[in-house]
Amino acid sequence: MLAMIEANLPALQVVLPMLAAPICAMLGRGARAWALTMVAVLLAFAVAVSLFVATLDGTIISYRMGNWAPPIGIEYRVDILNAFVLLVISGIALFVLPYARASVAHEISEERQPLFYSAFLLCLTGLLGVTITGDAFNIFVFLEISSLSTYALIATGAERNKRALTAAYNYLIMGTVGATFFVIGIGMLYMITGTLNLADLAQRIAEHGDSRTLRMGFVFILIGVGLKLAMFPLHLWLPNAYSFAPSAVTAFIAATATKVAIYVLLRFMFTVFGFDYDFQAATLRHVVLPLAIVAMFAASIVAVFQDDLKRMLAYSSIAQVGYMLLGLTFLSHTGLMASVIHLFNHAVTKGALFMVAGCYIFAAGTSSISSLRGIGRDMPWTTAAFVVAGLSLIGLPLTVGFVSKWYLVLAALELNWWPVALLIMASSLLAIIYIWRVVETAYLQPAPEGVVRKEAPLWMLLPTWGLAALSVFFGTYAALTTAAASRAASALISASNMLWQ
Amino acid sequence: MTDSTILLLAIFIPAGVTFLIAALGSRPNLRDGASVLAAIATFIAVLTLLGPVMEGARPEVALFEVMPGLLLAFSIEPLGMLFAVVASGLWIVTAVYSIGYMRGAGEKKQTRFYICFAIAISGALGIAFSANLFTLFIFYEILTISTYPLVAHKETPEARKGARTYLAILMTTSIAFLLVGIVWVWNIAGTLDFRAGGILDGKLDPSFAPFLLALFAFGIGKAALMPFHRWLPAAMVAPTPVSALLHAVAVVKAGVFTMLKVGTYIFGVGFLSKTGASDWLIWLAAASILIASIVALTKDDLKARLAYSTVSQLSYITLGMALANQMGVIGGSMHIATHAVGKITLFMCAGAIYVAAHKTKISELDGLGRKMPITFIAFTIAALSIIGLPPMGGAWSKWYLMLASADAGQIAIIGVLMLSSLLNVAYLLPIPARAFFAAPSARPAHSLGAAAAPGDQIEEAPLFCLVPICITAVGCIVLFFAIGGLYEFLLHIPILPETTP
Amino acid sequence: MEEIVFDFGFVLTHYNYWMFVVLMMTGLYITVSRGNLVKKVVGLNIFQTAVFLLYVSMGKIVGGTAPILTGEPGTVYSNPLPHVLILTAIVVGIATTALALALVVRIRETYDTIEEDEIIALELAMDTTAKASAAGSER
Repeated sequence: MLAMIEANLPALQVVLPMLAAPICAMLGRGARAWALTMVAVLLAFAVAVSLFVATLDGTIISYRMGNWAPPIGIEYRVDILNAFVLLVISGIALFVLPYARASVAHEISEERQPLFYSAFLLCLTGLLGVTITGDAFNIFVFLEISSLSTYALIATGAERNKRALTAAYNYLIMGTVGATFFVIGIGMLYMITGTLNLADLAQRIAEHGDSRTLRMGFVFILIGVGLKLAMFPLHLWLPNAYSFAPSAVTAFIAATATKVAIYVLLRFMFTVFGFDYDFQAATLRHVVLPLAIVAMFAASIVAVFQDDLKRMLAYSSIAQVGYMLLGLTFLSHTGLMASVIHLFNHAVTKGALFMVAGCYIFAAGTSSISSLRGIGRDMPWTTAAFVVAGLSLIGLPLTVGFVSKWYLVLAALELNWWPVALLIMASSLLAIIYIWRVVETAYLQPAPEGVVRKEAPLWMLLPTWGLAALSVFFGTYAALTTAAASRAASALISASNMLWQ
Repeated sequence: MTDSTILLLAIFIPAGVTFLIAALGSRPNLRDGASVLAAIATFIAVLTLLGPVMEGARPEVALFEVMPGLLLAFSIEPLGMLFAVVASGLWIVTAVYSIGYMRGAGEKKQTRFYICFAIAISGALGIAFSANLFTLFIFYEILTISTYPLVAHKETPEARKGARTYLAILMTTSIAFLLVGIVWVWNIAGTLDFRAGGILDGKLDPSFAPFLLALFAFGIGKAALMPFHRWLPAAMVAPTPVSALLHAVAVVKAGVFTMLKVGTYIFGVGFLSKTGASDWLIWLAAASILIASIVALTKDDLKARLAYSTVSQLSYITLGMALANQMGVIGGSMHIATHAVGKITLFMCAGAIYVAAHKTKISELDGLGRKMPITFIAFTIAALSIIGLPPMGGAWSKWYLMLASADAGQIAIIGVLMLSSLLNVAYLLPIPARAFFAAPSARPAHSLGAAAAPGDQIEEAPLFCLVPICITAVGCIVLFFAIGGLYEFLLHIPILPETTP
Repeated sequence: MEEIVFDFGFVLTHYNYWMFVVLMMTGLYITVSRGNLVKKVVGLNIFQTAVFLLYVSMGKIVGGTAPILTGEPGTVYSNPLPHVLILTAIVVGIATTALALALVVRIRETYDTIEEDEIIALELAMDTTAKASAAGSER
């Protein structure tokens, strides 16, 4: 029995939440649906942990879906990189769910809750599926599963603010265009190679060499995934979607959805196209690098002027995506490491920050910064969590943000890219401004009169503090994450060095 | 107990006592007692370490590895020992003084005040004992964050604005320059340990050395080198004990201490003088000394004048480092001690004047010397020490700095130092002169404070304020006669690389 | 030999790709330019259908039959894989369209319009009133 479970772990990772989703929809009550979701997420997390442990030593688990041999059948391929991402996604889900119970009960009506949890599970399925699969078309399918459920989840925010509907609609249009671009790109690759298996694709592309079709394929995939990960200037859907979605949803997708897209990009760039693909290197340096830097500044500056906390954090996310893309463009071991570490670190930090925003909405009914005056006294724990996670976003030592910045700057200096190193730091100064604006309002301004605000319930506080504490823990014992990221980067590089020889 | 245990104790007693202070928040007497006791305990711990260190022991302790190769580690060498003794010794004095001041001035939120104060001392000791740049940076930022609430203590719009400037400049410089400098050092030297003779010789291209030095000189914003000195006057909105201990001793001295430490143990004095990398810094420091003195002349607010005086005096220490010879390092380190004792006295006098007479302007002090003779005698002694006249401790540090200038062949700098002493006379001595010799102002209702405390009812500040002032004033004189021992001790600061293989 | 600048034969024999490009750009243009939310969805559908065509025509082999085993050696089959893939993509496309239309229905219910410019005007008005009330509460 155990052996069977062990042999089928990669399939279980995706199938468990997927099976739970329809059952969830049929349970008539919110509490029951939540309990089932919790069980599914716990199981998914357990599976992710065991996959991570299994791949830590560099093993690559290859699983044949339905026992069809690749490249015809769909292969699930788990190496250290995607095991790490799986762990991040399911881990964040594990933190978000206990939080979601109270938050969702507050923001969504009882009869819709089972559907909400069902969509949540589908979204999780999609994200896990994208990460685990080794088949290009399968990535598209899972990407759409997660995206469609995300659109629905965002639209459930309409009970609080009807603008959630238009936000979801716009995201749907842009997301679908992105996904379709992605499919076109895959089609191009298929035309050249006749395969969809990622490992197989890599080999045949390398044999085939550069061609115009390959370039088109690369560009389509870059733009398609770029839309999903809110690469500047393809980020227009993100601020509204994050601002108007229910708090739990924002915390979840902000921490996971863009990260998964980054993973897809990493996978395609370094496993499929390979490190030494000149056109890719040129595109990264001349297009993505400037865009990433512009994102770091433009989005941070816009964030400074936002009045809504969630919206401010959303713009901050766009800036942070810039850091992750920047790490890619260095095309070095340290750069990749920085991207992978920041992927994790930002998930933890931003998850905590959006949860804090949710706590404010729960207790004060609004996340508008000007109405948060003096809230540090009424909600000391929540606000303290904001400070901790905020410091991490700024990148102070002993928080995860510092680790990310350290490796990013190190990667820039290794290449002697002076201006880039200084720009990275300069842009994180903008984070000080927008984070500190909130801290100052919350602590140093007198509370408006006649407003009663109580501390958020324990089950919302615990996950919030859990993530905030993690952001300190992994900033203090960064050896854990850096080791994983370093191995993932090495795996990507060594796999791609075998190509293009 | 081993030396390493005591070392950790010294750092963690102040941090640990915060819990006690928080728990005793509702009982002011016990709380203040705990804070004084903690100060005494810390000082005893530091003094216990002093003996072994004077005999040549170098206690070390490594806590854990934060990132691969980057340890949170402490080790003691003479320079750090000196800073630790100064900071922890003056904490006792300030802790006693705070009781008198905070109660006398009727400040609110005293518990938060004491908590942040203790954390700040912990940060300062951490800086003093850090074994590598990474650890130093961590505590440097802890010091910045923990002093922010102290500066913003009054929560008035001016306090908020001052605190914002304070945080903005300190954070900006430390993240944008210092951190980049640290990563650069790590990138080329592969280590961040403080080692005798520096770690950069032979690894850094000498033509880049001035740039790296600039990153440090401007990055260490706490050293208040112009043009990044604005935070220090801004921080004067804080209650006076904060200005006294933190902005005359702990915070600013942490800055110049870091400067000395970087000059001696990262660059190495030999490397600096060989490459001439610090020549430009000599002139910047000299300019900073003179300009700040001239600005101090124009200030009527007592604390603002003292703040600019501090900016000027801090540049003496930076100058000592930039001169890049042994005398410079000794003179600079000595100035840490002599200036600390002198300036804390001046600030505490300013606080006593505020508590007793509610006066903050120099122009209002006429005739006050007869009502508060002890305060103003102490003020005069300290002022003479800052100016550098025997028999006050300040005379010696200036003497050694002049020797260092002569050693370095910078005759013009000797002129600058003498001119600066004259300026010191011009901006410091008029204050006691007015208080003692000018006739009391004929317009008693000039300020609101005077109305509250009519001229003839002003008397000396509470005993809690007065005793610390006397102690430090006597300290200024004692330092003059005890300088031989200090000089011997500072000779142990290793200038050359260790010759043992 | 001079380089052929415009190879007419090449264009003609690859007409299926030209169709794809034309359809794709038509769809994308409609999606971007139309203000009516339903028309946007229609554009999106045309856009997606173009991609289906791309895949389907890519798998077609001249003279090939449907990939059903006939037992005769030498039979040329079309490549079934892209065709199968596109079945999945069609399902995804239908789901997207359904969700989009459901959203449009909800938008119509709450905003009373499905014209983008009117919605934007409404949302701007919401913003200003929200700001005004926030400013009012500050006083």
